[in-house]
Amino acid sequence: MKAVTWRGINDIGVEDVPEPTILNGHDIILKVGLSATCGSDLHLVGGYIPAMRAGDVLGHEFMGTVAEVGPGVTKHKVGDRVVVVSFTSCGQCWYCQQGLFSLCDNGNPNPGITEALWGQSIGGCYGYSHAMGGWAGSHAPYIRVPYADQGAFPIPDGVSDERALFASDAAPTGWTGAHQAEVRPGDVVAVWGAGGVGQMAARAAMLMGAERVVVIDRYDNRLEQVRTHIGAETLDYEEVDVPAELREMTGGRGPDVCIEAVGMEAHTPGPQHLYDQVKQQMRLQTDRPTAVREAIYACRKGGTVFTLGVFAGVVDKFPLGAVMNKALTLRGAQQHGHRYIPEILERMSRDEVKTEHLSTHVMPLDDGPKGYQMFKNKEDGCVRAVFRPGA
Amino acid sequence: MTSSTGKVAADAVHAGGTLVRQVRSAIDRSAGRPAGAGQPASGWLVVTVLCEPSGIDTAELPAPLAELGDRIEVRVRPAADGKGTELAARLTDGGSSGTALQRLSGSDAQSDLRSALRRAKQLIEVGEVLAVDPAPHGERTATPGGALLEAWTRVAPRGGVR
Repeated sequence: MKAVTWRGINDIGVEDVPEPTILNGHDIILKVGLSATCGSDLHLVGGYIPAMRAGDVLGHEFMGTVAEVGPGVTKHKVGDRVVVVSFTSCGQCWYCQQGLFSLCDNGNPNPGITEALWGQSIGGCYGYSHAMGGWAGSHAPYIRVPYADQGAFPIPDGVSDERALFASDAAPTGWTGAHQAEVRPGDVVAVWGAGGVGQMAARAAMLMGAERVVVIDRYDNRLEQVRTHIGAETLDYEEVDVPAELREMTGGRGPDVCIEAVGMEAHTPGPQHLYDQVKQQMRLQTDRPTAVREAIYACRKGGTVFTLGVFAGVVDKFPLGAVMNKALTLRGAQQHGHRYIPEILERMSRDEVKTEHLSTHVMPLDDGPKGYQMFKNKEDGCVRAVFRPGA
Repeated sequence: MTSSTGKVAADAVHAGGTLVRQVRSAIDRSAGRPAGAGQPASGWLVVTVLCEPSGIDTAELPAPLAELGDRIEVRVRPAADGKGTELAARLTDGGSSGTALQRLSGSDAQSDLRSALRRAKQLIEVGEVLAVDPAPHGERTATPGGALLEAWTRVAPRGGVR
């Protein structure tokens, strides 16, 4: 079968790969309907997460129909239309039982890599390097889904494929940020990044009762999407001084909750960006934490800063003094989607969560390299390139 | 932005740094201890399994541990705050750590024990051991970085237990 693969740094290919087979009793084989690019893929494409092998199949945000079920699967049958959470989590260990699914003890078959990097391993993720398990990704006609009773969710009738697709990763990641940051009714919430995850974090915060939600970015089309489809306010960081604007909007206090949905390749105007870029390229830091720094600086005293964008290793000039002296709560997580997806699908069926606008460019798998190029360079207003393997 | 060639070189340096730490830890077990990469002086390796203590019969251990026979001793006790049961094991010969080459390749006795504990935990909690290979993939172009990663990936499944 054809699949979109990582061939090397900034080199995406389309190759013939073997079809997946059932290896564990709890597996299903899914016929992929739609598979989205994600901002976190760009860290793999750019070589910032150096645990990819040439030939690895990309993609971790997907939906489709069940094509085959393992003997241990009880909740799904052939033909079911499902969306699959991007993390592989067993559902049985203590972390999963606490609802902290991305921290699963058992879902990463290569625990030694992240254990060496972070002290302990976490769960696995499809198409996201050998550090995260070496799972084949979803930019292919078929994908193997382990722990299917835990990670695949039936899509309600009336929810389109195009909407349900983003219940795989963008929406539950956004929900993870807003919920784990403990957004409360009446809060003012600032979200850095107006990509799919940032938009969904903003929507989640609104549905959790936030009084005011502000999303920060520099791309006009993404900020327009925030205003039109999410209903939140926006700030263009190339046009205004973000901390000053946030202070003005909050009576001088700063936002109660600051959610960073940018990650390790953050951009900012001015010399700070050059400094971080040079240090990152020289491997004196692995990640550029620009947005996190600003969130910590902007957050109100005693507030919460949540790192929802993907970071891999170490950063420089981290404002620990502000964290300590302002009594901030600093949290972060990969998505615990298993606990949020049922609610998200229900809200999607009630039109409370809409995501179709994120799929700005839908194309066949053969256009994989073009799709990643458009997504990376934000060409033609690309917010997400989405692949339809059957096209 | 540097060129792709420069970036590959930088990545190799970065990966090399991590590998150097791994190699140092493998050659000199004490080297990794300050960062927590070594093993406790007692030799016990422990996983917490989400089950009642009665769910682990030390006389009838899960197959991965049972296969190690009298090479290991096993201890079971309740975990704090209802987090399950602590399943600990250590080598009866006092924790012979094998040669540096064996440790680097993950073929030393400690790696065997780590792997057995992790698989035993999966069998108790999930009922089967998670498999990833063979995973579909395209052509594996031969590169130095790829070879390093492949070697690390061969050892990585034998981690996951501190």
